[in-house]
Amino acid sequence: MPESAYYFIQQLLNGLTVGSTYALIAIGYSLVYGIIGMINFAHGEIYMIGSYVAFIVMAGLAMIGIDSVTLMLLGAFLVSIIITSTYGWSIERIAYRPLRGGNRLIPLISAIGMSIFLQNYVRLAQGSKDIAMPSLITGGWTIGPADGFSATLSYMQVLIFVVTFISMTALTLFISRSRMGRACRACAEDQGMTNLLGINTNGIIALTFVLGAALAAVAGVLLGMYYGVINPYIGFMAGLKAFTAAVLGGIGSIPGAVLGGLILGITEAFTAGYFSTEYKDVVAFSLLVLILLFKPTGLLGKPEVEKV
Amino acid sequence: MKTRFFNAIAATFVLLLLTSMLLGLTLESNGTELVIQVAEGTRLSWIISGAVIVFLFQFFRNEISQGWQNTRSSMGNAVPTSISEKVKTTSQLSGLKTTALCFLVAGLMIWPFFASRGSVDLATLTLIYIMLGLGLNIVVGLAGLLDLGYVGFYAVGAYSYALLNMYFGIDFWTGLLAGGLLAAFFGFILGFPVLRLRGDYLAIVTLGFGEIIRILLNNLTDLTGGPNGISQIPKPDLFGLEFSRRAKEEGNVPFHEFFGIDYSSGYKVIFLYLVALLLVIATVFVINRLLRMPIGRAWEALREDDIACQSLGLNKTAVKLSAFTIGAAFAGFAGTFFAARQGFISPESFTFIESAIILAIVVLGGMGSQIGTVLAAIIMTLLPEFAREFNEYRMLMFGLMMVFMMGWRPQGLLPMKRPHIEVERKPQGVVSMQSDNLTTSGNQLVREV
Amino acid sequence: MSQPLLEASDLNMRFGGLVAVDNVALRVHSDEIISIIGPNGAGKTTVFNCLTGFYKPTAGTIRFKGEDIAGLPGHKISRKGIVRTFQHVRLFKDMTVLENLLVAQHRHMNTSLLAGLFNTPGFRRSEAMALDKAMQWLERVNLLDMANRNAGNLAYGQQRRLEIARCMVTRPDLLMLDEPAAGLNPKETEELDNLICELRDHHKVSVLLIEHDMQLVMGISDRIYVINQGRPLASGTPESVQNHPDVIKAYLGET
Repeated sequence: MPESAYYFIQQLLNGLTVGSTYALIAIGYSLVYGIIGMINFAHGEIYMIGSYVAFIVMAGLAMIGIDSVTLMLLGAFLVSIIITSTYGWSIERIAYRPLRGGNRLIPLISAIGMSIFLQNYVRLAQGSKDIAMPSLITGGWTIGPADGFSATLSYMQVLIFVVTFISMTALTLFISRSRMGRACRACAEDQGMTNLLGINTNGIIALTFVLGAALAAVAGVLLGMYYGVINPYIGFMAGLKAFTAAVLGGIGSIPGAVLGGLILGITEAFTAGYFSTEYKDVVAFSLLVLILLFKPTGLLGKPEVEKV
Repeated sequence: MKTRFFNAIAATFVLLLLTSMLLGLTLESNGTELVIQVAEGTRLSWIISGAVIVFLFQFFRNEISQGWQNTRSSMGNAVPTSISEKVKTTSQLSGLKTTALCFLVAGLMIWPFFASRGSVDLATLTLIYIMLGLGLNIVVGLAGLLDLGYVGFYAVGAYSYALLNMYFGIDFWTGLLAGGLLAAFFGFILGFPVLRLRGDYLAIVTLGFGEIIRILLNNLTDLTGGPNGISQIPKPDLFGLEFSRRAKEEGNVPFHEFFGIDYSSGYKVIFLYLVALLLVIATVFVINRLLRMPIGRAWEALREDDIACQSLGLNKTAVKLSAFTIGAAFAGFAGTFFAARQGFISPESFTFIESAIILAIVVLGGMGSQIGTVLAAIIMTLLPEFAREFNEYRMLMFGLMMVFMMGWRPQGLLPMKRPHIEVERKPQGVVSMQSDNLTTSGNQLVREV
Repeated sequence: MSQPLLEASDLNMRFGGLVAVDNVALRVHSDEIISIIGPNGAGKTTVFNCLTGFYKPTAGTIRFKGEDIAGLPGHKISRKGIVRTFQHVRLFKDMTVLENLLVAQHRHMNTSLLAGLFNTPGFRRSEAMALDKAMQWLERVNLLDMANRNAGNLAYGQQRRLEIARCMVTRPDLLMLDEPAAGLNPKETEELDNLICELRDHHKVSVLLIEHDMQLVMGISDRIYVINQGRPLASGTPESVQNHPDVIKAYLGET
């Protein structure tokens, strides 16, 4: 195969890696939107907090002498899921629940405030400089000739694919099979009716924030390790990207979020690989604007009928 | 009692989960290794006192909300108002108000000649934020469109003047016009497609737009100078009189030579302040007129019920677009002035944080309210100056304030009172209206309240 | 007969698999009062939504004054002279009664930005004319005393009247009323009856009406269309419709 083909494969792999983490964050937007019809603006910050907690846990474990990669990963996932879930729950309680039912602008502004607050809270608590961590998982498989240009599939990328796949399967099973999942779907259809049937809709709404936060934490751990560098501002951009992914796939739809995430990841990787890294964000936003203009319901979304 | 106790314990536990990791431990790089350190004593004591407060608050929640309700209702009873009384006072006030306003403006114009240079400079900065707040208020407060990329239009204004001056040598006043028009044009082009979208989509798309503008400014190095920005942007002149020691342009006379007075850099600062004041007064005037025009009414109607608006023949997109474009124009004016005042601009000045600050001003002051916005802008710019140590916590407080205001008083500190057109009916049954600034046909009188 | 004011034929509206309106046809001539009746859920409001541009009909033509308007956006149809009221009153609740009527006149007013900013004589004249018009209609629907109140504070019957006045200030050719008598007491219904007749007789407005109050419908309609389950069932004068066997069946539920 010619060099350019390997280059192409490499970009594709990179795109799929980043794209699958976008998908994880995007699901959080879709879950919340599906049920309360609003965008959780602070969701990107949850992802950032997930990264920080993971770094703290891993550094802490290393300090007390535990250097098994499996244990470190488990610890990082577990603790950051617990902490970010608490954040997700608190955001719903403070910035959304008291404001439900009024003007739609109001919860949106309060969530933006929450997002600014969380970003600066972490900035003040942990400092604004980049924090780097040496890679835990190194190495990978090389595809192509040993001499000349070849594509690499790193073990870290494999881990990202596997964990993303497991999380999404777990979520899909939860939504489609469990009692709580059924209540979630009922809530998305008709909140008032679900409430009348004796289901605690407040609890269900809180649950979607928690589920979204947990997935964002998984993405935070994975991307944190993949890039190896975090700072308090990463949530802003990641949140925007994930939102783009959710809209691209059709906000409110979970398969849509996955599809959107992958498409966005690949588009970005190719822009960076073939054009210029500086413009990959511009391409992402332009994609968002174009989708909203020509197909506001996204690739897999349901059209909304306006009631007169 | 028991459930109460458990609720309080649960809330405290949540707080500890939220704070212990991120606030109690800090990540430090130690060579190549990453280590964590337990935070110093003050932080730990914050966490503990926070936990105690949350526990007590949750435990005595009922009592607290009861007490709050009582004070509220007693406050409410203390102000008995009948509609007739209210109407009377407002009409008597209107004359008084105009006089007071004149005195205020005169005072603001004389003030810089007696104030220190630093405070005049600070006041100029405040005036820029007032202008931005008022402009965004048109979009968010009056038309109900959440624009998170407002700073993008501010940047368009600033860069238009800087670039037009660099390449074509236009002066400040032409630049002001060009900056406003170009920003409005950008607003129009962007708004045309996106204003059909639902409110929350609009928020994100505008946010993305603001970022795109910044990224472009950063990367189009040949045109904009990239991260290094543009420097040596000339200050405004007064009918060709420059405020520098020596005239930069051929044939121009410096201000001090023209009037035969000694050179002082203070004149320049005062002049900048006066220009900003003039721009703010013009902004206030325009917005006041807009509120009394069909378009101002259409904005409010659209905010209340867009379906009814459509059925009455109002073009939703056109009405929204007008607010978006006018708002963008004011950001453009503010941007041009900002570029002239600083003399130097770079993409750094136009980040999302700036949009957030302007939004915080609008939210704090009261969406739609002009006096509220002005006061909020003053608070927001002066507070960090007076309490330097507060600067670090500024954005944290802004974020908290936005959440708090939305929960407690979404209409803002000084909620807006739009001037309503009112009619008076004479006892004989003849319809009559009266007006301060509206003469109508026949014997009809309209009054604005 | 002269060209009809409004003519809809083969009107179809589907939502996914659901056929809400199936081959409905109707005509309204100038100075006519036409009613659409039918059981709940028959698709009457959907027909209204298609005619006024809130839905884009799946198939069919709608001609207004000879011009095809099917699929035009709502505000454009309104500007051609069709205005409607809604089943649930849709007023601008936080604006005063008077302002509700001024907003409705938006497109007839001087909306030039510069004229408004400088408060030119032309602008003032336009404002004054709009006020005059608003006051006339307020007087007609007996709401003059309420002019300065917020629309949301009016009694239900008053809100209904205001909604009609708000339509009338736009100077329509066709007024479409969606259950205007719902929730009104007998006296108010009688006033409504008089008002609708007066609109036709003195203001050159045709009226298309959805209504369940049979006394009102039979009393004022020139012709009636009956719709059942989205399909046209019968049409004609009140008498002929009243005695139509299918209509009786549909209403009484006989099989």
